[in-house]
Amino acid sequence: MTVTERAERSPTPDPLGMTRAAPAVRHREPRSMQRVLTGVVILYLGVVLIAPIAALLLAAVRLGIPSLLEAVTSDYALSSLNVSLALAAFALLFNGVFGIATALVLVRDRYFLARPIGALLDISLAVSPVMAGLAMLLLFGRGGWLDGFSIFGFRVPFAFPALVLATLFVTLPYVAAECGHMLQEVGTEEEAAASTLGASAWRTFRSVTLPNVKGGLIVGGILTVTRALGEFGAVLVIGGAIAGKTETATTYIYAATEERQHAGAVGMAILLASVSLVSLAIVALFQRTRGSK
Amino acid sequence: MSIEVEHLTKRFGSFLAVDDVSFRVAPGELVALLGPSGGGKSTILRIIAGLERADSGTVSIGEDRVEHLDARDRRVGFVFQHYALFRHMNVRENIGFGLRVADVKEKERRARVDELLALMGLDGFAERMPAQLSGGQRQRVALARALAPRPRLLLLDEPFAAIDAKVRQELRTWLRALHDETHVTSVFVTHDQEEAFALAERVMILNHGRLEQAGSPTEIVDSPATEFVAQFVADANSLSAEIRGGRAIIGALSIPAPDFPDCRSARVVIRAYELKLWRSDTEAIADVRRVSALGDRVRVDVNIDGGPAMFGHFPRRSGLLEGVTPGSRVALEVTSALIYPVK
Repeated sequence: MTVTERAERSPTPDPLGMTRAAPAVRHREPRSMQRVLTGVVILYLGVVLIAPIAALLLAAVRLGIPSLLEAVTSDYALSSLNVSLALAAFALLFNGVFGIATALVLVRDRYFLARPIGALLDISLAVSPVMAGLAMLLLFGRGGWLDGFSIFGFRVPFAFPALVLATLFVTLPYVAAECGHMLQEVGTEEEAAASTLGASAWRTFRSVTLPNVKGGLIVGGILTVTRALGEFGAVLVIGGAIAGKTETATTYIYAATEERQHAGAVGMAILLASVSLVSLAIVALFQRTRGSK
Repeated sequence: MSIEVEHLTKRFGSFLAVDDVSFRVAPGELVALLGPSGGGKSTILRIIAGLERADSGTVSIGEDRVEHLDARDRRVGFVFQHYALFRHMNVRENIGFGLRVADVKEKERRARVDELLALMGLDGFAERMPAQLSGGQRQRVALARALAPRPRLLLLDEPFAAIDAKVRQELRTWLRALHDETHVTSVFVTHDQEEAFALAERVMILNHGRLEQAGSPTEIVDSPATEFVAQFVADANSLSAEIRGGRAIIGALSIPAPDFPDCRSARVVIRAYELKLWRSDTEAIADVRRVSALGDRVRVDVNIDGGPAMFGHFPRRSGLLEGVTPGSRVALEVTSALIYPVK
């Protein structure tokens, strides 16, 4: 007798328990089938994810920690890391503030602008960052609409402002989306309550709205930071990866690989990966505490 | 403080939520806005609080016209159906919020919050978070929060709808006692007529955005102004009839209607307890379709010969029910009916 047959013939004490019978059958899904499935998943993850990471760690061990440390503390490496961290900070600041404002518009807007704005934000996720870099280059570069435009005296292309703009482009929607979800979840009644209790709009925002979206701000903020640190194509195209100037941690890894400086490439890759993993752990922690509420 | 609302109208798109509503609430009164959902009750309440703007009409609190004021400047306490407690603040911070916003000193604020905690029977809960409270407790915190800044009015939007039946009863009694103690002018919205009649001194019945009737519970039950009110406030049949020669004709059933001129279509409301029936072979004018036990009462559904179906309620051991089973032929008598000519 197969397992399915057994499930079908098992007596159901409740004649109306049709819906309850279904999960019972699912629990008795053939064991062997499940094992095969688990095996396939593990194998897949092994090839796609675990093996490359293992290769990276192995290379690190083979090169030796001292030589990695030496490589990542070189002037160019440190400068590229600084650039990346600064870009992440800018992305967090601008897209954090803009993200909350956008979330408020997305969720609370009464003039049907929410949909088009949401769609615009999705563009930043959908298009290739390289295309974003190219588009910016056409805008600010020679003959572009904003050719000669400068930010605080800095020309945009192939300079830090260009990197910031590219990073803002690729990290645009994270805080907005996360805060938007939270705003949707909490609704507007608490804000209404605050206003009937005499609170001004700013006071209501500060003591009611902001604390209610704090979780979204943190999760969205961390996603923004990891995305900013990992960005490659956009900053390469508009920044040009000039060593010591517009080279980011990711473009440094690329350049180091090209020049067969394995220690620098591997060291920086591990450094970036650790930052991202820690961020991911924080996100996971937050989502768990939010879920348990 | 009194409330006066005049010619209030509010549309949401093409939907007319409030249709030219006027009423007055005397200082210290406890009034219910009663009606089916979508009837415009909550919208009126939110307009009085300043959470919604009316398209036209005026709202006065005491002597002051308030339409131009923001919610925060109206000094109106509002209790929301789903409590709307600040989820990241504990009970004390929630209740004290209105006082903190008004820059009341810490010591004074503490004293007022303690006083309210005691009044609400929430001693010992000051440090709890809203998520750690039951529905009834949350609603009491919401009420305390609304009362803390000593509002001129208290508005409650379906305050007990989200609370289970047993606790709802307790809270009702308790709200009534609270009102007798504080005497703050209060308006609450409900779709539950029992709740409205049990709590309020005056009830205003709204349907499709219109005020159908305002009056004491007794007035409303004894002389409902419209067919809607008549069938809304009691289990009742609402039937179409023709009036001919001072009688309302509903199929084989005929009811005296002495003061009404002949007309082709009128509505007759017959409350479930105003119908009598008994088994008869000679006077029978209806078939019994169904007999169902409802606790202490029995509901009997009948089909009037040549007319519509209707139902009545009878005491469980009523002698009239002898031999009344589905399919039996019965005679009908209506002890009292409310007749409304169709305009």
